[in-house]
Amino acid sequence: MLRIGVDVGGTNTDAVVLSGREILAAVKVPTTADVTSGLLEALGRVQELAAIEPHAVGLVVIGTTHFTNAVIERRHLSPTAVVRLCLPAAQCLMPMVDWPADLRAKIGDHVFLASGGVEFDGSPIASFDAADITRIGGAIRARGIDAIAVCGIFSPVRDQFEREAGELLAAACPGASITLSSSIGQLGLLERESATILNSALLELARRTVAALRQGVSACGLDCPMYLSQNDGTLLSAALAERFPVLTFASGPTNSMRGAAFLTGQSSAIVVDIGGTTTDVGLLHQGFPRQAGTTVDIGGVRTNFRMPDVFSIGLGGGSIVEEGGSAPRIGPQSVGFRLTEQARVFGGQVLTATDIAVAAGRAGIGDRARVADLTAGFVGQCEEIIERKLALAVDRSRVSAEPIPVIAVGGGSVLMRDRVAGLNVIRPAHYAVANAVGAAIAQASGEVDRIYSLDTLTREAALVDAEREARQKAVASGAAPESIVVTEREDVPLAYLRGNATRVRVKVIGDMRL
Amino acid sequence: MRQLSEHDIEALAIGAAILGTGGGGNPYIGKLRALQDLRNGRSVTLIGLDELDDEALVLSVGGIGAPIVSIEKLDEGREGERALRALEQFGGRKIDALISAEIGGGNAIEPLLTAALTGLPVVDGDGMGRAFPEMQMTTFSIYGHRSTPAAVADERGNVVLFQHSISEVWFERLARATVVAMGGSAIGAEAPMRGSYVKRAAVPATVTRAIALGEIVLGANRDHVSAIPLICAQERGRHLMDAKIVDLKRHLRGGFSVGDIQLEGIDEYAGSRAHVAFQNEFLSFERDGRVEVCVPDLVAILDVDSGHAITTEVLRYGQRVSVLGLPCHPLLRTAEALAVVGPQAFGLDGITFHPLGDHPR
Repeated sequence: MLRIGVDVGGTNTDAVVLSGREILAAVKVPTTADVTSGLLEALGRVQELAAIEPHAVGLVVIGTTHFTNAVIERRHLSPTAVVRLCLPAAQCLMPMVDWPADLRAKIGDHVFLASGGVEFDGSPIASFDAADITRIGGAIRARGIDAIAVCGIFSPVRDQFEREAGELLAAACPGASITLSSSIGQLGLLERESATILNSALLELARRTVAALRQGVSACGLDCPMYLSQNDGTLLSAALAERFPVLTFASGPTNSMRGAAFLTGQSSAIVVDIGGTTTDVGLLHQGFPRQAGTTVDIGGVRTNFRMPDVFSIGLGGGSIVEEGGSAPRIGPQSVGFRLTEQARVFGGQVLTATDIAVAAGRAGIGDRARVADLTAGFVGQCEEIIERKLALAVDRSRVSAEPIPVIAVGGGSVLMRDRVAGLNVIRPAHYAVANAVGAAIAQASGEVDRIYSLDTLTREAALVDAEREARQKAVASGAAPESIVVTEREDVPLAYLRGNATRVRVKVIGDMRL
Repeated sequence: MRQLSEHDIEALAIGAAILGTGGGGNPYIGKLRALQDLRNGRSVTLIGLDELDDEALVLSVGGIGAPIVSIEKLDEGREGERALRALEQFGGRKIDALISAEIGGGNAIEPLLTAALTGLPVVDGDGMGRAFPEMQMTTFSIYGHRSTPAAVADERGNVVLFQHSISEVWFERLARATVVAMGGSAIGAEAPMRGSYVKRAAVPATVTRAIALGEIVLGANRDHVSAIPLICAQERGRHLMDAKIVDLKRHLRGGFSVGDIQLEGIDEYAGSRAHVAFQNEFLSFERDGRVEVCVPDLVAILDVDSGHAITTEVLRYGQRVSVLGLPCHPLLRTAEALAVVGPQAFGLDGITFHPLGDHPR
């Protein structure tokens, strides 16, 4: 069966066709405002180029930055009611307390606190009050709000009251879009709650966008399952993406790193994705991006999604080179996607990092004569600055002293020499569409992150229980059961709660049933 | 005496994290709460030790429990006030001022929250001048003050009063058991101290110093200069090394995060190697087989670019850090203090404490 991977970016929509490990075709077309027509063109052209029939395609996977951009640009967000199940705890800080004011204004001030939170061992903090939830539902309906976020204390440990509250609110507010925090986030109340609110606020956009994607896919004759890629590089069915758009927030860097791994056959490497304005550097471990350990900021909101630990620097193919002073300055200002109009080698007036690469004879693009006036000394100085910036970013991403290959992808990767920070650089074919390749090869995953009380359970039994549930989740996401492997397993006894409780996190990944 | 501003709170959170030397808990939630209090028209007054009446009753208030619980089950908000009222009722006397037992990390801010609710002033000082992992490691406790009678309060309204414990270790044991029963996180207040004792036993001016540290970092970031030499100048500290973390061993022992960090010098420190041992907090800095800094002096590990503190939980291979040695207060360098917070108390056998210069006055 063939797979198609698509990356719907802000500027371009890329598509690739994969047959096993072979790339049959790759295309790049401009992204359109309606998403659908750009997608349709990319899918149509890539199938034509690969000379395949639609019925031969078994899977379409789409990576998109659409939902992240909506948050960053404060667009298409629905006013959302927040129901926190916490009383009597957690009255000290209201939901969205640490959000930027402009984003909060889009969500509105519709905050309700109720009982229904639990302790770390799952016992109720106070008894659940169904009548109160129904009353809150009535108030939300009266305000004309139809997006609701429900977040209960320690709901990742026990989600019963979040589910009950969700049902009561659905009954009180017919047609409302409801997100339960236990279905998207991990421990850390404010961060999980913020993610839940963003998710609810994006549901309307998610429905429209997923419908547009479906329409684009079916309009070109494809009738296979369509998936979106999520933060950790695994698959999210279109039906789940409609309900959990926040799970796609970091799919961009993840896909380009996974694509780089696939294109080179390397499972452990440092991936350097050089774009027009920035360079993202991350570490691949066993074919997957290393995850960030701390909170991640999305449009000014702290969240605790598992996201790739990517280090970004303000250096890209379009970075502006300023002469003068004792040494040239390169970036962070960039001509961005206007590189092909504004860079010197393309007939423009702005000296960019790409012009330096051309002047140094390492990139055969544009008109080299237009940079002939640069002295060898100046070009050498600039090259040294670029190399130092890249070396620092690469060095920062190493997790051991062992030599590790560096994979250069992205349109700006001409800036990179053959060695950086003492490591060999690999430049795969199709480097410019690594992102779409990463989407095409996505697998299915399942994850459990929970605190187990060890009064009635051994540590080993807790790990087994978590793994069993993670496997069930992976199968529900489309994994073939026999292909599932455990990729992360950790248990951390809770400091100061000696011996009685442990936090267990298990993640499994498997190949898609095609 | 002065009122703390929103800017002071922002700076305090940054400075408290630096004095936390890798531990002490994250001040983020506390910072948000203190800022909210100020925006809602409440105020926090800071008074110097010299402004404290000898007969005043001073109460230390702080969070007790598992950090993971405290970021999930946030406080109701008046736990500290309830613990305070319980001790007032038991002792038959009003409390006059509040103080932090530990300026390093999250507990730097806890007394400010109770102060905003009750209108009581916060004393400019604390019981450690840094962070330590256990309750008996305060100068209050070292110089003879007993923690009981003490009170622990939860979000429901439960308040447990510990009338008397036969030792500090017993108090710690009983308080922990209570906190676990309360759900793993609570606010505790230890026996009120006389103003005259606080003047003698508290590490002075640490709130002001933490705020000044935070201001240095904020100012340096704004002006795009390095905060490291400015921090060293204020604290009379030593810039030990700029380094890259080249190895990191970490395990859990008795509820503590214990480990060792290998460092390789960068830039002007290229070619030298060192290592830092930690148990929740950084304990010692050793280079070329010689321990250059150890507890109770402070070993701070800061981001080489921003000057912000790096805690033990987010340490990782490849990080580029500045390592600083900051002298602790003389109150932590006496024979009595070294028995409780010196290298041997942390299992650093065979290491003798050699003070790292003078503490700033």
